[in-house]
Amino acid sequence: MDDSKQSATKAPALPRRKFLGQVSGAACAAGLIALGVGLHARQARALPAVALRPPGALPEDDFLAACIRCGLCVRDCPYDTLRLADLGENVVAGTPYFEARQIPCEMCTDIPCVKACPSGALDPALKDIDRARMGLAVLIDHESCLNFLGLRCDVCYRVCPAIDRAITLEHRHNPRSDRHAMLLPTVHSDACTGCGKCEKSCVLEVAAIKVLPIKLAKGAIGEHYRLGWEEKEKAGGSLISPQLEMATRLPGAPADSPAASPAPAGADSLREGF
Amino acid sequence: MAATRSFGSATGKMPGSEAIESKGFLRAHRWLILRRLSQFGIFALFLAGPLAGIWLIKGNLSASLTLDMVPLTDLFVLLQSLTAGHLPATSALLGAAIVAVIYLLLGGRVFCAWACPMNVVTDSAAWLRRRLGIKGGSAPARSTRLWLLGFILLACLLTGSMVWEFVNPVSLLQRALIFGIGAALLPAVGIFLYDLFVAQHGWCGHLCPMGACYSLLGHGALVRVAASGRSRCTDCMDCFSVCPEPQVIRPALKGSGSALILAADCSNCGRCIDVCSQDVFRMTHRFDKRRDEA
Repeated sequence: MDDSKQSATKAPALPRRKFLGQVSGAACAAGLIALGVGLHARQARALPAVALRPPGALPEDDFLAACIRCGLCVRDCPYDTLRLADLGENVVAGTPYFEARQIPCEMCTDIPCVKACPSGALDPALKDIDRARMGLAVLIDHESCLNFLGLRCDVCYRVCPAIDRAITLEHRHNPRSDRHAMLLPTVHSDACTGCGKCEKSCVLEVAAIKVLPIKLAKGAIGEHYRLGWEEKEKAGGSLISPQLEMATRLPGAPADSPAASPAPAGADSLREGF
Repeated sequence: MAATRSFGSATGKMPGSEAIESKGFLRAHRWLILRRLSQFGIFALFLAGPLAGIWLIKGNLSASLTLDMVPLTDLFVLLQSLTAGHLPATSALLGAAIVAVIYLLLGGRVFCAWACPMNVVTDSAAWLRRRLGIKGGSAPARSTRLWLLGFILLACLLTGSMVWEFVNPVSLLQRALIFGIGAALLPAVGIFLYDLFVAQHGWCGHLCPMGACYSLLGHGALVRVAASGRSRCTDCMDCFSVCPEPQVIRPALKGSGSALILAADCSNCGRCIDVCSQDVFRMTHRFDKRRDEA
């Protein structure tokens, strides 16, 4: 640009054309590069299911806008759980992640990784590690889980830092032997932090219990759904009026007498309701 | 002048050889050595932690924490984060403010010449290019980097993601060096080959949007190089051959006005001071009006 500016003082006509050509060339080249990179960025930001973000990580889209890839969380992780993704991995290069089956999160109570984060990509509002939601454990393979086969492995249950809250053992009848019980490890999403200790310690060749990103692990009922038993508890009583007692009208039965069919209780409560 | 212009290649002598003869090797490489010390020193500080357990600086060039106290944040990465729609936490903002003040005083592109590891790569490519006498090739206009800077920020805004950090060879390289990860070195190899065979000073001088971002801070820099001894200039062209931004030299050296190199693209690398056998250039401040008269 500076070259053309300088020659512009000598002969105005041709350099102007040259100048415009150069500028538009530069703009086009830059535009194409930015477009390519932008499209690549959109495509590359999906996180593979085995890659878990550190505690307190913002939702993935926000995380990618916030994480400045400095690695301070990695440096302050005392267990070498976290690592920065290399170029060519499926995780966005330079962002921190861990794989539960390799090194799970030890759930430090002082959460050093979150403290180290300068950008807020790991939310500083997270003070209690039990509230971290790095993922959700799912006992994904009922066919090879030893407890489902009727054995008492229980390892995932035993190692769970939130034992009896995040993983419980549920008694079931074992229909195969017809005499024994099965104790099925069952994950509860209200307590599971996704630390991955269960997946790490699963004794199988390939873990039957896996920590998945919450987006993959959880379903969601329709927002308008109401669970009757919960609503009942909230309201302190049933919201539905009891079944109406209809007068019996069998042939031969005593004719409709006010004594035989008292006004149903439901009718009263309905009226009261109005 | 035409005869002296071909001095470097035609006689097989590298630019700066005259300075080595007259000033000695050390003085003819003083600023280069200081710069390499700065560049490698920074990485030594970062690596002292993981390798020797001496934690003076943690993190990497994108963001770091010195002595568990002073944050530093790369401005371009922060700018991307802001345009992608995230307001960074105080620590990152404070770090960026400190970095901005430092480079406002020293000259924005001082980052490029004194801290950025890619500079070692592109300097090596430029040196080899001179050594092998590789000419020609084609480089995009120098303004491409500014356009790229603009379009990248636009892409950040549209995608809500820090798009350049997906591919930024500079971040990839420095992170690869500090965190010991391998494949991220490959883009640096690509840039070396590009600078060597395709475009002279192609990456740093024409394309890198990070350098463009820092150059915007360079307009009021206090530290500047001045051609204060320009009356002694013998037109050997050595400074032009080694300068990664040779367009910044001409107004100061050949103009009639100020002898200060005030262009924001100047990275204060000081290589022109080294290679000049006549000691035309000196590192000084922007208010220095001194002029050596021969």
